[in-house]
Amino acid sequence: MVFFLQNLFNGIMLGGLYALIAIGYTMVYGILRLINFAHGDVMMMGVYFAFYAATLLSLSPLLSAVVAILGAALLGFLIDRVAYKPLRNAPRISALITAIGVSFFLESLAVVIFGAIPKSFLNVFKDRTILNKVLIVAGARIPLLTFLVIFITAVILVVLFFIVYRTKIGMAMRAISMDIPTTSLMGVNVDAVIGFTFALGSALAAASGIMWAMRFPNVHPYMGFMPGLKAFIAAVFGGIGSIPGAVLGGVLLGLIEIFLAAYFPSVMGYRDAFAFIILIIILLVKPSGLLGKKIVEKV
Amino acid sequence: MRKAVLTVLLTLMVVSLFSAVKIGVILPMTGGISAFGRMVWEGIQIAHEEKPSVFGENVELVLLDTRSEKTEAANAAARAIDKEKVLAIIGEVASAHSLAIAPLAEENKVPMVTPASTNPLVTQGRQFVSRVCFIDPFQGAAMAVFAYKNLGVKRVVVFTDVEQDYSVGLTNFFINKFTELGGQVKRVYFKSGDQDFSAQLSVAMAFNPDAIYITGYYPEIALIARQARQLGFTGYILAGDGADAPELIEIGGEAVEGLLFTTHYHPKAASNPVAQKFVETYRKKYGKDPAALNALGYDAYMVLLDAIERAGSFDTEKIAEEIRKTRNFEGATGIINIDENGNAIKSVVVNVVKNGTFDFEAVINPSDIQ
Repeated sequence: MVFFLQNLFNGIMLGGLYALIAIGYTMVYGILRLINFAHGDVMMMGVYFAFYAATLLSLSPLLSAVVAILGAALLGFLIDRVAYKPLRNAPRISALITAIGVSFFLESLAVVIFGAIPKSFLNVFKDRTILNKVLIVAGARIPLLTFLVIFITAVILVVLFFIVYRTKIGMAMRAISMDIPTTSLMGVNVDAVIGFTFALGSALAAASGIMWAMRFPNVHPYMGFMPGLKAFIAAVFGGIGSIPGAVLGGVLLGLIEIFLAAYFPSVMGYRDAFAFIILIIILLVKPSGLLGKKIVEKV
Repeated sequence: MRKAVLTVLLTLMVVSLFSAVKIGVILPMTGGISAFGRMVWEGIQIAHEEKPSVFGENVELVLLDTRSEKTEAANAAARAIDKEKVLAIIGEVASAHSLAIAPLAEENKVPMVTPASTNPLVTQGRQFVSRVCFIDPFQGAAMAVFAYKNLGVKRVVVFTDVEQDYSVGLTNFFINKFTELGGQVKRVYFKSGDQDFSAQLSVAMAFNPDAIYITGYYPEIALIARQARQLGFTGYILAGDGADAPELIEIGGEAVEGLLFTTHYHPKAASNPVAQKFVETYRKKYGKDPAALNALGYDAYMVLLDAIERAGSFDTEKIAEEIRKTRNFEGATGIINIDENGNAIKSVVVNVVKNGTFDFEAVINPSDIQ
């Protein structure tokens, strides 16, 4: 029982982290039909921003997080302007290839600027009690961080829903996701809205990256690759384009990974494969994902 | 006119080919275990400054990055041999990467000295591949004896990195010796680059072990230690020489305090004049104490150059032969004897993490583990 409970919470923790990253994927896809493969690397940049804000500028952890989130938002906006905007009317495959290029570019840039040696995110915190605090629930030991991740994911979701469904820019975002040419005819500045979406998605990546680094404090230029890939799978699993779907897909993916590894120890070394198997099954059985709408392609 | 330019260029090329002795240094300078690459490179540079030439020819070091990946390691070796035409190779750190390089070195008859790959397969059945470190059968058995006899540990969970030959080998040799002594073992698995180990740890804790033995490299060891302590594990955390990088403490923080690992070297154990001089030079240059990988990098270069000198020529077959005839060589890690299979016979040092630094704990000699 304790074993089950322990793994349940471990799964929710990991799943919550996947979900936070997956939201960014799904938002950009929902609006542009673009899988932004650089998302994981934007997350990595966000973690470095927080790291240097705390160590070089000696800001408090909370302030560093704010700086990192703003920095990542600006970075996301710039990436859109430089890499994706010129390709707005090009075939979708061109933008996809560009996304992969941006991903490699960010990784290499990080190696050049920040160095290839892994850094410790622990250095951000002078007081590490928040990282090491563990609560005991019915015999299972649950890091305080688990609840923090759940809480922050919830807050982010509320803010996100408010932006998407209750603000003017949210309405513009939804309109663009329906039909870009018509929306622009209505006098909406499409590029500004898309730029805003990228900034928002990247801010989320930085927020999730900071949570990720608090749990796994090994910061290096390639750290965004695997979480990004897993979050992409989570987004597809839940139904890419749907924000609740990203959250559901993320949490389920985390739970499946943890439980398979815990109950089938002989295959636990090949956990990453589980995620890809899920991706294949989902694409075969229900390509639109758990909560995704079936999209009819206009010809 | 064109002909003249071409002739000059060609002569220059030929001259440049022969005027310097090229040694390929193939290391993980970026990626997961880049700290190891950087440490070996520091050691090699100190050795190179001390001994920059052989037979009056300048030694040129050609550094190639493997990005901590097997395929890149093979690419780097191919480039070193085909394009750079190196005389010999120093590298890699990880056994899996050295295993990717070794067949190329063997085929092309390029002598290769690995500073720190401890898996037995690296040199097995090869003429041109040798090493200046001990091998895992000894390291694993030494940790088994140390854990069982010195620490009184009876139940151990072993963490194996399924992607690393080093880890798989070390796991097997440890388990053989530990169960032979009467201990009980449970195995769990992970993969290089994994960050979440909570599933493995929940399985491990259910076994109620006295110690966990992590046979991977420092990024994973640090994260496993952190998550184990969060799950309330209070027993010993043990590791192999894959733990021997300052980054272990950086990433692990308080969780790696008290962690014990077998390795090649501790400055406090350095007794011969060469070792003492190395410690001094290193301190002067980098302002800190050298670690095992620094010393092993130094030794790999020195053993190679010594073998070239003894061979009396740049004949690679002779050089490879001479490397394996290295006897009582005074290196930074102590006295080095390389046997006819290319493996160094040396003592194991056990280090412990104390107050955020590596401290010397014990020495285990080959005779102790009979």
